[in-house]
Amino acid sequence: MIPWKAYRRAARAGPAIALALALAAGLAGCAAGAGRGPGSRSGASAAAAVSSIQNTGSDTLLNLALAWAERYMSEHPEVRISVTGGGSGTGIASLINGTTQIANASREMSSEELEQARKNGINPVRFTVALDAIAVVANLENPVNGLTLQQLSDLYTGKITRWSEVGGPDWPVVLLSRESNSGTYLYFLEQVVRLGNGKGKELFSPETLLMPSSQGISSEVQQNPNTIGYDGLGYVTPQQKTIAVARSAAGPFVAPSVKTVLDNTYPVSRPLFMYTAGEPTGPVKAYLEWVRGDGQKLVRDVGYVPLTEAAK
Amino acid sequence: MSSVPRPVTRVSAGPSHRRGRLSELALETLIRVLGFSTIAFVGLIFLFLLREGLPVFFEVPPGSLFGPRWYPTFGIFGTLPLILGSLLVTVLSIIIALPLGVATAVFVREVAPRWAREVLKPIIEVLAGIPSVVLGFFGMTIVAPLVRQVLGAPTGLTAFSGAFLLAYMALPTIISVAEDALDSVPRGYRDAGLAMGATKWQTIWRVVVPAARSGILTAVMLGMGRAIGETMAVMMVTGNAAVLPTSLQAIFRPVRTMTATIAAEMGEVARGSTHYHALFGIGIILFVLTFLINLTAASAIFRARRKGGLR
Repeated sequence: MIPWKAYRRAARAGPAIALALALAAGLAGCAAGAGRGPGSRSGASAAAAVSSIQNTGSDTLLNLALAWAERYMSEHPEVRISVTGGGSGTGIASLINGTTQIANASREMSSEELEQARKNGINPVRFTVALDAIAVVANLENPVNGLTLQQLSDLYTGKITRWSEVGGPDWPVVLLSRESNSGTYLYFLEQVVRLGNGKGKELFSPETLLMPSSQGISSEVQQNPNTIGYDGLGYVTPQQKTIAVARSAAGPFVAPSVKTVLDNTYPVSRPLFMYTAGEPTGPVKAYLEWVRGDGQKLVRDVGYVPLTEAAK
Repeated sequence: MSSVPRPVTRVSAGPSHRRGRLSELALETLIRVLGFSTIAFVGLIFLFLLREGLPVFFEVPPGSLFGPRWYPTFGIFGTLPLILGSLLVTVLSIIIALPLGVATAVFVREVAPRWAREVLKPIIEVLAGIPSVVLGFFGMTIVAPLVRQVLGAPTGLTAFSGAFLLAYMALPTIISVAEDALDSVPRGYRDAGLAMGATKWQTIWRVVVPAARSGILTAVMLGMGRAIGETMAVMMVTGNAAVLPTSLQAIFRPVRTMTATIAAEMGEVARGSTHYHALFGIGIILFVLTFLINLTAASAIFRARRKGGLR
């Protein structure tokens, strides 16, 4: 009698235990799968036949990073590079969390991010890989051709709310910006909205529309004559009008182009970076050397500005 | 050969019976474990949300946490514009969807001939299956320009455009639940109405719809729950400007919702930063709001039942 009862009790509990074990095993499997990220792969990459590089971050740099990765992979079939966007903040966060080997950034890492990285035992190393001009764009119907930095600042802080105040028709101004995880957002804020004054307290007007992507900005600029937006030069399409920018009301109004960035006459241009966790080794090192060497030939085609000898 | 099985089956009757009981036990346990694990998962998700989000209520003083400015990159975490933005878009979408939804439900259930009902019902269900990104794209390229040109707003990316898309998304829920509610009104009500000399329209409007009102309220609440949690389409068409909606004009101005904020900013934040906690804090606020909506719906139904109303 007693063994029978015990057996039944075991039978009742058995499936539960078995199921719990199965669940645990399954979860452990998932965890192991998730853990097999680039971090653990990089250790083996030096020896493995095919090594893979994760490259995440700035949407501004995305087109260029993709072009580089494609060309490099066709020249070096033993290397696999996967490129994703998401914003400079996203890339840097991935680098800090150890889920990417190269973070693309259109701004420098902030002091908080550096501290966070150090806490995780990561020492980020910065490489300048290209230059970019931030183009100010408007609708093709808009007759305004040039703006000074001061006017741009007044527009984006909400002091100017109608196009007539900057020599345009009596239309309301609709401000477009990238989301705050974009390096372009921070650069534009520092260099244009705050006019390069590091201690400036100006912020984007709360009326500013924050668009989740470059695509969002270009589609709204194309269809809405009231808009003004900004984005990397590589993203400007012929369906938008590029506004020439002047440092002061007297100064020349300069349209962004490779030439005007290189001779430093266009006021809103900046370097683009790739960050690695510690000094790069193996395939990552080889890739970065190629990017800053032969890879520069691709830069102009994609719409960015190659590094000059001095900037390297 | 065919004569052998007989005695064998009789002998094995005991064990096979036992095996039957065993497999039943196994099955029962499996179902029980699965059932409880669902509850456990919900509980764990809620705990996770609390763990990640509660710190913000200590890190940021409540005065500025519910302040009017949201500049997370500069340490200004005023969630008021986001909360009001979400509420504005949601309420507006229900105002659009409710009459349409109830009218459609009445038509499908009470007026349409049988063949039309058979065609309409599956089509309404297909509506629910359209991915919200597709709707968002449609909103960005068609609805937003229309709103700007027809209503003369500075930009078409407004609360109204978002509400319009959300109404479209909440419609299938509202229609099917309201239709079920109408369906459960006893035939006797309709017969009695007609027998009293009321026209078909009067019967529907004065008898059947009021009798189903608590079901219709549930439909509205479920639709609201769907609308307030929607992210992608809203992020694409509302412009995402964290402005405090203070006047009626705000309907035709951009807003930023809680869901769009979480979706747009979660990718950027460093784990454990105040901004990270603030986003989870918004998640908690959203959770509480949704919970309150569901609670209101449930208590309305309960009250209606106690009063002897239907469903």
